[in-house]
Amino acid sequence: MHPDRATLMMLAGIAGILVLASAIVGLLKLRQPPGAATPVIVNLAARVRAWWVMAGIFTVALFTGGIGSVILFALTSFFALREFITLTPTRAADHRVLFWAFFVVIPIQYYLVATRWYGLFAVFIPVYVFVFVPIRCALAGDSERFLERTAKIQWALMVCVYFVSYVPALLMLDIPGYAHANARLLLFFVLVVQISDVLQYVWGKLFGRRKIAPTLSPNKTWEGFVGGVASATGIGALLWWATPFSPAQAAALSLVITLMGFCGGLVMSAIKRDRGVKDYGAMIEGHGGVMDRIDSICFAAPVFFHLVRYYFTP
Amino acid sequence: MATMRTAAAAIIRVACGVRPLPEAALPSGPCILFANHSSHLDFAVIWAALSPARRAQVRPVAGRDYWEKTRLRRWLAESVFRAVLIERQKVTVTTNPLEPMLAALDAGQSLIVFPEGTRSRDGTLHGFKSGLYHLARARPTVPLVPILLENLNRILPKGDILAVPLIASVAVGQTLTLVPGEAKLAFLDRARASIVALQPS
Repeated sequence: MHPDRATLMMLAGIAGILVLASAIVGLLKLRQPPGAATPVIVNLAARVRAWWVMAGIFTVALFTGGIGSVILFALTSFFALREFITLTPTRAADHRVLFWAFFVVIPIQYYLVATRWYGLFAVFIPVYVFVFVPIRCALAGDSERFLERTAKIQWALMVCVYFVSYVPALLMLDIPGYAHANARLLLFFVLVVQISDVLQYVWGKLFGRRKIAPTLSPNKTWEGFVGGVASATGIGALLWWATPFSPAQAAALSLVITLMGFCGGLVMSAIKRDRGVKDYGAMIEGHGGVMDRIDSICFAAPVFFHLVRYYFTP
Repeated sequence: MATMRTAAAAIIRVACGVRPLPEAALPSGPCILFANHSSHLDFAVIWAALSPARRAQVRPVAGRDYWEKTRLRRWLAESVFRAVLIERQKVTVTTNPLEPMLAALDAGQSLIVFPEGTRSRDGTLHGFKSGLYHLARARPTVPLVPILLENLNRILPKGDILAVPLIASVAVGQTLTLVPGEAKLAFLDRARASIVALQPS
């Protein structure tokens, strides 16, 4: 892809935010006694460092004209599924179907994205994998907690593979007057979802008092939720020039994806609490696992994709 | 070979999602690492999680009958992992499995052993064979380090050749030694309990 002006401006904006974040972390560290930074500051510094790395990888993928983004999200699905299945109890009889999930389902789903085969992309996991998983499990001959096991595997594939693959699938939408600019749409979506996460964290840390769901996610507060969603929606609206939307449309879509992002995070937290863990993994320093970073993307991506496809493509 | 070993350890760590063990997790000097056994990957994962210095002088203990069956296995056991191969099938005075293990300890090397004797099919911890007790009695000053391996039976279970890339973990427990006069069964129970203690409730 030859980066256009609008893409470069958005990337420059992201770099600006990260420079600002690094500067704030530096200042906060200076105010602490040397060698005795509080855990919150240490974690914040690790988070910002990881953001630089993630933004760098994402930018490189974006510049490789589509295939880079498809590969990046395929790998993201792979690592997310790995964390999800590791956390989910499975039985010995599930071994082969799990092998299929990692080494057949993920490649096929992202092959369908890369070849823009929308018709099969949209039904492959919800229909064909849905019937395949219980058949393969039944052939393995273990009926113990059968429905629970197959449901868990199907859930893992829907959340970690199907939903995540909707992000690079944004590249296959043919929007009139927006040819060859879909990478900007992908950037817009990821930026709004992730900045909503960050702003909910920041608003929550600064003003958070009333907890939304203390048993599920002790860090989610009403103040953080309202402040984060409102400010991320505002940022989304201000980015309308990079999208095929009007300012009002950009605001409405941003509101939808930040709300879906919040709900996705809440649901993934419920799964973690059920399994008695705080994070899905430890792959991204300061953030936890890959699944902890993309929990808000899972539910937002398919909704955003289908809204754009319904209203903005012929 | 040293570079190749470092690369192999890094690949095993990435493939099994295992984090490197800090040097302070193990006692300094020769020790006996004993772990639960459910997969062919078990000793490779412990080996890969160790620090490079420790890895250079650790010897996994493995069954001669299995690891000498093909040329590839023999090469892996002898050249890559430097295993101490012991007789499992027909133990006689001339093939006493203890001798090569004691020789390795006396040479300042550490051992990785699996006291259950064979891989568990369902991932549960079985009873310990008496080998660990005989080792401890022959070298009572060498510390014994319990290790709990998790999820390896889900990654590569016994009887399967296809691996599923889940995240394994290596947990190190409280070091123990044989108490003077301790009976065999009491000691084996205590050793087994030190691994059970590492399991999440």
